[in-house]
Amino acid sequence: MTEAAIYDLLAEKFGDKMVEFLGEEKTPIAVVQPAHMHEILTFLKTDEHLQFDSLMSLSGFDLGGAEQPLGVAYHLHSMSLNHYFAVKVLLEDRENPKLKSVSDLFRTADWHEREAYDMYGITFEGHPDLRRILLEDDWEGYPLRKDYVQAEFYRGMKIAKEK
Amino acid sequence: MTRLNAEEMVLNMGPQHPSTHGVLRLKLKTDGEIVSHIEPVIGYLHRCFEKHGENIEYQMVTPFTDRCDYLASMNNAHAYAMAVEKLMGIELPERVEYLRIIFAELQRIASHLVAVGTFGLDVGAITPFIYCFRERETILDLFEMASGARLLYNYIWIGGLAHDIPPGFVEKAYEFLDYFDDRVREYNRILTGNKIFIERAADVGVMPPEVAINYGVTGPNLRASGVDHDLRRVQPYSIYDRFDFKTIVGQGEMGTVGDCWDRYYVRVLEMEESAKIVRQALDQLPAEGDVQAAVPKKIRPPKGEIYFRSENPRGELGYYIISDGSNVPFRVKMRSPAFCNLSVINEIGAGWMISDVIAILGSLDIVLGEIDR
Repeated sequence: MTEAAIYDLLAEKFGDKMVEFLGEEKTPIAVVQPAHMHEILTFLKTDEHLQFDSLMSLSGFDLGGAEQPLGVAYHLHSMSLNHYFAVKVLLEDRENPKLKSVSDLFRTADWHEREAYDMYGITFEGHPDLRRILLEDDWEGYPLRKDYVQAEFYRGMKIAKEK
Repeated sequence: MTRLNAEEMVLNMGPQHPSTHGVLRLKLKTDGEIVSHIEPVIGYLHRCFEKHGENIEYQMVTPFTDRCDYLASMNNAHAYAMAVEKLMGIELPERVEYLRIIFAELQRIASHLVAVGTFGLDVGAITPFIYCFRERETILDLFEMASGARLLYNYIWIGGLAHDIPPGFVEKAYEFLDYFDDRVREYNRILTGNKIFIERAADVGVMPPEVAINYGVTGPNLRASGVDHDLRRVQPYSIYDRFDFKTIVGQGEMGTVGDCWDRYYVRVLEMEESAKIVRQALDQLPAEGDVQAAVPKKIRPPKGEIYFRSENPRGELGYYIISDGSNVPFRVKMRSPAFCNLSVINEIGAGWMISDVIAILGSLDIVLGEIDR
């Protein structure tokens, strides 16, 4: 199935839980409401015409600025039917971004969600073991956020400034 | 009479340990010799690849990709270049495509040689390691001829190559292929069919296909579990649809499908297939063509985003690139294959002995450079 056909199927079933479809992107991607993301991904995984059994990638991103949201993109692939689909959510609340974990659906998400938490501070509710994965446990701040300010010292060691 | 201590013991394997293939710490919960839980602790090699990517121009990211999976630098740069080219809509000259395939597949052979050799080393066979590195040196000689470097090449650029291959390269490459043709038979004689090796690897750490898919395991590890999935076939990128090669799938010849031995043997056979592709690409290589013809003067992809993936020696390498229309990437996410491949280790490694965990880890063929990025 093409991405547009999959989106039509989802739009029919979920109605306004889907926000929009960005079909003109090089990798077409659907924007969905964060509160219903888990439900939609469950449907994508279990529906017999879709069978998205593999989560290729889960990426956090930050659109930057004070009013621009954080987000998470899910790239899915079906091993049995060999088609692709991508879903993303935008999280308006920068102070306390929350999203339901999909690690119960895809084990791939376990480490990827930890990484998104590590870099963007997005809390994944229901994750079995949400803590930093690449950075030190006592690191302060979320480095890939666009408003991240580099600390001057880490445990008394001076951090070299980028030019 | 004192009672024997029957509690579980936590054993730290690493961060410095020769069998961890880099700087990796495994926290093992052990009950005597039996490992009941494995928790990988990663991040020791974190070099902020994604943060750097957001602060430098597109073409300056290429050398950073080289340093992620340092055993497959060519493939990393190839995937990154293809992702940006697709975002910009660049058409490549034929000669560039063929040369890239030649380098990517030679790199795959080199990477698998390290995997096969070090796996032998992990389970106690030292000689095959020396043999594998002997062959790898010849490949690195070829890379040195073309790019001037032996490990980190910065050779595949966005829109082309750094420079054309020097005179005599094609002959040298053919020479290597003729020499390599017989080598797999040699590995099979010394390692594949070795009784001790089979005892150590067969039936150990079996990974069922549904576990592999659910954990996002890809590449030779997935194919060893019996799943016929190779991106070069399933979603041919570049010009892979023009070549004749087989997808190698684990058969469970010595034990169960998806055991350590299968993961090892899939790599051995894949080297043969890659050699076949290199030979075909050399045969078809167009004589004329400027490798810099399509290199853009200014790299400013239009606003938009792309997820591009390619088949690396370790599995699916994906780049998620968001462009805001400037000459600096807005977001570069690297989905590295070894990151997902390592996450499965508790699932397949728990319940085995400590020495088997070493074999299982070796058979997964991880590179910490791309796990930690």
